[in-house]
Amino acid sequence: MIFENKKKATLILADGTEFEGRAFGADGSVIGEIVFTTAMVGYQETLTDPSYCGQIVTQTFPLIGNYGVNDIDPESNGSVVSGYIVREQCEEPSNFRCEGDLDSYLKKYNIIGIYDIDTRHLTKLIRESGVMNGAIVHGDFNKEELLEKIRAYSVGKVVPKVSVKEKEYYPAENAEYNVVLMDYGYKFNIRRELVKRGCNVTVMPWNATADEIKALNPDGIMLSNGPGDPADNTEAINTLRELIPAQIPTFGICLGHQLLALANGARTEKLKYGHRGGNQPVKDLALDRTFITSQNHGYAVIGDSVPAERGEVSHVNGNDGTCEGVRYHNAPAFTVQFHPEACGGPKDTAYLFDEFIELMEGKKSCR
Amino acid sequence: MPLRSDIKKVLVIGSGPIVIGQAAEFDYAGTQACRALKQEGLEVVLINSNPATIMTDKHMADKIYIEPLTLDVVKRVIEIEKPDSVLSNLGGQTGLTLSMELAECGFLEEHGVKLLGSDPETIHKAEDRQAFKDTMEKIGQPCIPSKVVETVEDAMEFAEVISYPVIVRPAFTLGGTGGGIAQTPEELHEIATNGLRLSPITQILVEKCISGWKEIEFEVMRDSKGNVITVCSMENFDPVGVHTGDSIVVAPCVTLADKEYQMLRTAAINIIQELKVEGGCNCQFALKPDSFEYAVIEVNPRVSRSSALASKATGYPIAKVAARIAVGYTLDEIVNQVTGKTYACFEPALDYLVVKFPKWPFDKFVYAKKTLGTQMKATGEIMAIAPSFEAGMMKAVRSIELGMDTMTKEDFTKLSDEEVLKKLEDIDVDRSFCIFEALKRGISVDTIHDITKVDKWFISKLNNLVQLEKWLAEGELTQEKYDMAKKYCYLDSTIERISGQKIKERRLAVYKMVDTCAAEFSASTPYFYNTFDRENEAAEFIEQHPTDKKKVIVFGSGPIRIGQGIEFDYCSVHCVWTLKEEGCEAIICNNNPETVSTDFDTGDRLYFDPLTKEDVEALIATEKPYGVVVQFGGQTAIKLIKHLTALGVRILGTSAADVDAAEDRELFDELLEKCNIPRPQGTTVFTTEEALTAANKLGYPVLLRPSYVLGGQNMIIAHCDSDVTEYMTIITSHKLENPVLIDKYMMGTEVEVDAICDGEDFLIPGIMEHIERAGIHSGDSISIYPAQTLSDHIKRVIIDYTEKLAKALHVVGLVNIQYVVYDHEVFVIEVNPRSSRTVPYISKVTGVNMVDIATKIILGAKLRDMGFKSGLYPVGDYIAVKVPVFSFEKLNDVDNQLGPEMKSTGECLGIAKTFSEALLKGLIAAGYKLHHEGGVLISVKDGDKHEIIEVASRFEALGFKIYATSGTASVLNRNMIAASHAYRIGKGDPDVIQLLESGKIQYVISTSETGRQPSRDSVKMRRKAVERSIACLTAIDTANALLDCLEMHKTINDVELIDITKI
Repeated sequence: MIFENKKKATLILADGTEFEGRAFGADGSVIGEIVFTTAMVGYQETLTDPSYCGQIVTQTFPLIGNYGVNDIDPESNGSVVSGYIVREQCEEPSNFRCEGDLDSYLKKYNIIGIYDIDTRHLTKLIRESGVMNGAIVHGDFNKEELLEKIRAYSVGKVVPKVSVKEKEYYPAENAEYNVVLMDYGYKFNIRRELVKRGCNVTVMPWNATADEIKALNPDGIMLSNGPGDPADNTEAINTLRELIPAQIPTFGICLGHQLLALANGARTEKLKYGHRGGNQPVKDLALDRTFITSQNHGYAVIGDSVPAERGEVSHVNGNDGTCEGVRYHNAPAFTVQFHPEACGGPKDTAYLFDEFIELMEGKKSCR
Repeated sequence: MPLRSDIKKVLVIGSGPIVIGQAAEFDYAGTQACRALKQEGLEVVLINSNPATIMTDKHMADKIYIEPLTLDVVKRVIEIEKPDSVLSNLGGQTGLTLSMELAECGFLEEHGVKLLGSDPETIHKAEDRQAFKDTMEKIGQPCIPSKVVETVEDAMEFAEVISYPVIVRPAFTLGGTGGGIAQTPEELHEIATNGLRLSPITQILVEKCISGWKEIEFEVMRDSKGNVITVCSMENFDPVGVHTGDSIVVAPCVTLADKEYQMLRTAAINIIQELKVEGGCNCQFALKPDSFEYAVIEVNPRVSRSSALASKATGYPIAKVAARIAVGYTLDEIVNQVTGKTYACFEPALDYLVVKFPKWPFDKFVYAKKTLGTQMKATGEIMAIAPSFEAGMMKAVRSIELGMDTMTKEDFTKLSDEEVLKKLEDIDVDRSFCIFEALKRGISVDTIHDITKVDKWFISKLNNLVQLEKWLAEGELTQEKYDMAKKYCYLDSTIERISGQKIKERRLAVYKMVDTCAAEFSASTPYFYNTFDRENEAAEFIEQHPTDKKKVIVFGSGPIRIGQGIEFDYCSVHCVWTLKEEGCEAIICNNNPETVSTDFDTGDRLYFDPLTKEDVEALIATEKPYGVVVQFGGQTAIKLIKHLTALGVRILGTSAADVDAAEDRELFDELLEKCNIPRPQGTTVFTTEEALTAANKLGYPVLLRPSYVLGGQNMIIAHCDSDVTEYMTIITSHKLENPVLIDKYMMGTEVEVDAICDGEDFLIPGIMEHIERAGIHSGDSISIYPAQTLSDHIKRVIIDYTEKLAKALHVVGLVNIQYVVYDHEVFVIEVNPRSSRTVPYISKVTGVNMVDIATKIILGAKLRDMGFKSGLYPVGDYIAVKVPVFSFEKLNDVDNQLGPEMKSTGECLGIAKTFSEALLKGLIAAGYKLHHEGGVLISVKDGDKHEIIEVASRFEALGFKIYATSGTASVLNRNMIAASHAYRIGKGDPDVIQLLESGKIQYVISTSETGRQPSRDSVKMRRKAVERSIACLTAIDTANALLDCLEMHKTINDVELIDITKI
């Protein structure tokens, strides 16, 4: 019942701003980088997107939890967000696949949440000041001490946290290709899209070496999404650099796109408040067409920094013109910043998986 | 791609008069389109028969034809104007169908005219049932099992194959006219017969009934490059089976997980790509609630009512963008006006929920069936923007003007629990209120869902409101309780009523911005809605945009309904425009998503909120305006005047006290006495007994109506005691705050005057005369400007009375006065110190822009300074005839006999050099098929029997065969007019129904003493005429006017078309 005495919770931002709301999810307090997503559906996909590791996620759409949660939609094993901020959580969800409500789900995965706050106001603050650290606290707290901790917080090197520890193998029916999926915190649907297209997928940990990968003799390499600052991943970047001469067809998404760019000598930058949501327009420069994409990133490749002899910008963001994709000249590789695997978000760019298949097909027929 | 270089002059086809299924949304779309095209430097030619629209305004297009929207007339306009292109997809179904006909008959090609928007192939694929099915099959989109048939037999046969219930949908009809759900072969026979007749190509679709599935809509935009986006998703509260125009709708969808959402979104995109629509498109889906199974219900390859809603719900200007796409631009090069930085090629993100609630005419049509089905019945709608569904519903319910401030419907509180359970089974206009009542009785969410199939999400949310109200009712009204109630947008007065306690410290609402992007980008859209949060974005906006201009708030007219239509939106918008020209900051507050007034760039700021005392108080507190204007927003706005005055706000225009003097019976009588102006005798009553005594004292017939009327709501002419008793029973079933007026009824010529007064001088742009004598509501009468039959003396008296009344009431701005001329004497019937229904049309035909002048006057200007002489404005060269348009075919069981209660939903205008020609145009525009031969069925009340003789003989002289019911026939026969006998229903062969079905009858003339009750024979006969699309005249005067037209022996092709910009 919505009118029972609900426990109070507080959201504190690094600049000292406080929002008072109510507690839900796991009990306790948490510090993280506060980001917002404008997606109106797909909250369970958001909660399980490993790219959010170390972040407290705010939903700008005010009504969350409407259709409950289930065991089929998660994009990873468990939830990785540090904290969750919504305006209203639905206590009586309704959907034929619903297996439970949001609150229980957060409790199950030990995620600390706060609701009943003005999420639009919060979003505006983040938009104006840029991504900010903050904390969700259930119960009382010492503000000064907490602020110190909040200000000291950094997401850090989080890829190892969300990547598999051992390789995993997912066979496809009537398989045509063998693909290595480099796991920097991959979303399950990347794997599903590949398996669906006849790829046996070997998921490799983030720190797999170039030799280990080559030893698998893959038809293609898929570089996954993942959390954190791309430049922190020097080991992975070096591995990708070593792989370039092997000329293996490569497709990168999100962090994978950033890492390959870094491996090729380009630079990345932190965006003021990132792109998170399911409505970002991206122009495919070759097709002269704009597609609506699903996005979740706080960093971007600096378009001008891509060495011209190695590659060129293939996609740009329709809103702010930032680099959304690179096509490489020095290897059969292309990468995008957005999420063609969707889940949540629009499926309009799923054709890129088909292009990856074609790339592998072309390479195969050359051999 | 930039602007196409081969386009220089575009013909825009409007949607014609307001009817159920096609309302103000197309004025909004058309206006946006015309403006967008003009901004591109194109020459715009417009045709629309509806004079009450903004789009037919002189500065909207270069050439404007207020002419009938028939194929022949449009062809002539093309021949005269020689446009190089026609815009097909912004004039509703009317515009689309006309465009398709023009293309199909080869006319466009012959004249080298391009069709912009949707090409004929696209239209065909989307609109032709079979072609649509084939197209969907080709791209693997599931449709509901269905078959296109052209005979009743085939329909019956197919229904056996797919099993009952089945749905019938006629091809090419507005708002699903003539469709319905058949549970049995008998029902199918009736619906199929009717549907086939109404379809212009005699074609219906019989399909498997999937009622109970979720109904989901997507608004999609596509350009010539193939860029495609979805602007908005919408979910219907009512499952499939209720027309989406009659359903409560929320945006965005709420009960769909990402998997279902993306499945349907992708389907919508694939459909629009296959159809190659260039512009906006609406895709409707049915989604099985317990699986991923879905079916495409319908695709509209044009801007629709849903697109207007989606535009207002998101801030994305669909019509404007569609118009730009039509002339060559692509989505990625059209700038998003809201952010000014991003482009139109993106999908809006909402950070609120929108609730749309329909406005039905059943508060007027008490005997009509309130059940809902596939045929739309709502005349209008309101939209509420709120952070939650609960708050949205609370705002919606008070915006809809049913006298409610919570979901509790008074009638239902008297029912037993069993009766409530039983009532839940009815799919009708009150279902959401019934669900609420059931929840109050403790009936479970599951039980309600099982009966209604409404998704549990919605029911649970309504249950939250029930629980909140229970919580409020018990114990002390704590701050916590108050805050929770405010979060759900309860009014303070409601909270005090429910809790029985005074609020200690009141909180006023603050405002949030609608910005298309959920605050991701900074936006400067001046578009706000109220909530109970801390931050006030409107106040911030005002602070960031300092100005020394005077701030003026214009209150709009709420939902479109019978009696308060698009005219008031026209007036509100004009007032805003003039305020801006005069250097004021113009602020609009309204809640109707279909209108031009709620376009965020009409005024300097838009507040999309209910028009109640408290909502208005919050707005005043935030805006702190110099003054407010209430005289252009109909009764909705003017009834706020006392409250606004009490708040200490400056009323621009006629004061509250003077408005009261016109509306309060006693004060008004005093005023008339002082001015020495006569009015029909009358008095006020509260009870049935008082009414009967008064009626007998005055002598029958008498006119009964509530004070504070709107469009003659619940107004009747009583001829005997039982009429009075029947009426008082109905009227006293509602809360009676104000008395009922009872007047001697005078059957004279009705005359209407709109005047502008500045306190010293007054200006009457024109005197209008009604063809029908008093007794038929002025909104339902054919109105002629200038008056044709009045003597100079009578005109002088009318001018004199108008001056006296305007001055005595200290009118500043507009005033509308209705007179009746009876026995060479002028009586006043009604004075409305505000704008009226006739203002747009009189402004257009006289060239006196009344609202513009009135707005300047309320700001302090004088008529004299504007160059006007006091008195009547000189009469022009043209005669204008306004003909009402009804939506009877959509409303079963509504008696189509006209009376003092208004029934029309819209109007058309005919303009010509002579009266008969203007009337001819008006009648044709209103949909009359002017047959010059055939049969006329006459059945009139005794009081009309004398006058019917001449009418019948005129028809006879034209060669018509006359049929009449017994009484009428004997009068005619005695007067040497050969009339064949038509029997009463079931009393002989042929009876009137058989006769009407035989196809022998082209016109029906039917009047009766009493009507209304659907069981009466006369009502059945008139309804049958409506069903058979036979012109049914219910006043002798209308019949005579029609005869004037027929006797001219001219067709519309013989009458000159007029570009009104040259008047």
